[in-house]
Amino acid sequence: MNWTAILLFLAIVGLTLVITFFAARKTKTASDFYTADGGLTGFQNGLAIAGDYMSAASFLGIAGMIALAGFDGFFYSIGFLVAYLVVLYLVAEPLRNLGKYTMADMIAARFNKPRVRGVAAMNAIVISIFYMIAQLVGAGALIELLLGIPYTTSVVVVGILMTVYVVFGGMTATSWVQITKAVLLMIGTAIISFLVFARFDFSVFTMFSEVSKATPLGDSFLDPGNKFKLPLDTISLNLALVLGTAGLPHILIRFFTVKDAPTARQSVVYATWVIGAFYILTIFLGFGAAAFVGSDAIIAANPAGNMAAPLLAQVLGGDLLFAFVAAIAFATILAVVAGLVLSAASAFAHDFYGHIVRKGEATEKEQVTAARIASIAVALISMGLAFFAQSMNVAFLVSLAFAVAASANLPVILFTIYWRRFNTGGAVFGMIVGLFSSLFLVAISPNVWAPDGSAIFIGEALFPLTNPGIVSIPLGFLAAIVGTYVTKSDEVAGNFERILVKANTGIDAETEAAMTKKSS
Amino acid sequence: MHDVTHVKQTDSTRSAEAIVESQTFHKLMREKNRFIVPSIIFSLLFYFTLPISTSYFSFLNIPVAGDITWAWVLAFAQFFMTWTFCVMYSRRARRFDELVTAIKQEEDDR
Repeated sequence: MNWTAILLFLAIVGLTLVITFFAARKTKTASDFYTADGGLTGFQNGLAIAGDYMSAASFLGIAGMIALAGFDGFFYSIGFLVAYLVVLYLVAEPLRNLGKYTMADMIAARFNKPRVRGVAAMNAIVISIFYMIAQLVGAGALIELLLGIPYTTSVVVVGILMTVYVVFGGMTATSWVQITKAVLLMIGTAIISFLVFARFDFSVFTMFSEVSKATPLGDSFLDPGNKFKLPLDTISLNLALVLGTAGLPHILIRFFTVKDAPTARQSVVYATWVIGAFYILTIFLGFGAAAFVGSDAIIAANPAGNMAAPLLAQVLGGDLLFAFVAAIAFATILAVVAGLVLSAASAFAHDFYGHIVRKGEATEKEQVTAARIASIAVALISMGLAFFAQSMNVAFLVSLAFAVAASANLPVILFTIYWRRFNTGGAVFGMIVGLFSSLFLVAISPNVWAPDGSAIFIGEALFPLTNPGIVSIPLGFLAAIVGTYVTKSDEVAGNFERILVKANTGIDAETEAAMTKKSS
Repeated sequence: MHDVTHVKQTDSTRSAEAIVESQTFHKLMREKNRFIVPSIIFSLLFYFTLPISTSYFSFLNIPVAGDITWAWVLAFAQFFMTWTFCVMYSRRARRFDELVTAIKQEEDDR
């Protein structure tokens, strides 16, 4: 038992509960619950986005992947960062101008039909739950390893905590937990990186030459191709990474927590600085672990390499730094799962209950109650699924969520804002084909099928790539286009003009038809 | 008499079509497209240069200095590309904000 680690874990839990206590007093209306009443500054939201985004897969997963596979691990860092250009240039500001609480709001702003909202909400829930299973599996494994608490108990503990944050503190608690975590994670990563760099005499050249001698891969450690053997698989992964972020519901809802589009833009810029700095430092984590912990010890602790960063901390700073880093990894998971619960719960409560069941007639109180019940339900479902997913690879689940987001959400988000001819049929068809094609391709991929039993089922994979992106993303775009042309145009006169004006200026102008109708 | 209380609250006195037709809105869209479209195309092309060249070719494995190869240089260049495009966009967006303010001003003047 590592008592320092337990104390620091408890300190993190205590701190987040204090945040939730203060947030709960401010959470009264639906707007408070879903968006912290749009009251965050650009800097605060930038940190919260970073906190929402730098998940356990980033901190534990990428560090391990770089340590074991060298350059190929760094692909994740690059793709996760460059993705923010798509968010900044194409999505953040129109989304803020068009939406209110959820991603479906934005699409429904143009196509106000229950089936469009329903499918968009379903996608948001599926993606968030996939992402959450990955985080819960990671959390369970981490706590089991660090504190010796069994996997099942660990998942339950994390599940209860995330439910408490969201149910009582809504978006305010979630945001401040994410901000706190982002700061802690940056401090921890900077300390380890500094210690690693010091051991390499503060020379990048020494670092590269030492690490090329330190691993079983030898010189080829520094070259691409150790992990991804199929060229198309590399490109498929990169496509999913760079396009997926702009379709991730839990990232998109963060833009509703600021007052207007310029602030949403500022928050992406702040987030990009923080996230970029963090991903540069993943090289120090990975190289440090490769050189000072060694592949054998990393693999012995966890075959996927997820324990590389905490083990490195132990080598560099003993039990204290180890406990500190482990506690940060724990905080990281808590912050990310809280955001995911909120995004799935808002799709349930706001889109399904508020708009489809109650047709927008629910009172403030009913909406907040529905959101709280939905949060508990989402947490229970994900915990249940996480028990079955214990043996699954965490990074695979996360990259799957990115591929689904890029295939199912991004085409419809972009066409809603930028394509005049786009219609209801295209939106529904695009979202459904994007979702099911990416899920189906994964189900017949080498992640699930392997002849040697290293995957879930034994047998040949029908689809050769581990990431479905290169097929399912174009398919999602294509389905949205085909769906648009084969169904009748449903465009209300001037409706696209209304969206164009609102997306670009925030002005809520009525169409000519609506104005004539009113004045007559 | 026009009953004000029954008019739905909107920010706008002009129709959406009228705003879209206005010169200032035209200008906003033109300036946005002229900046955003080439930037996003360039940055995505630049990004995919890395995985495509590492997957199909090996010329990036040539060292630049010490053990650091071109692949790493191009990888770091992606970070600077992202930050540069971020800063460029937020600078240019100030101009977009001015045009949006002008469009809102035209609303109020009516």
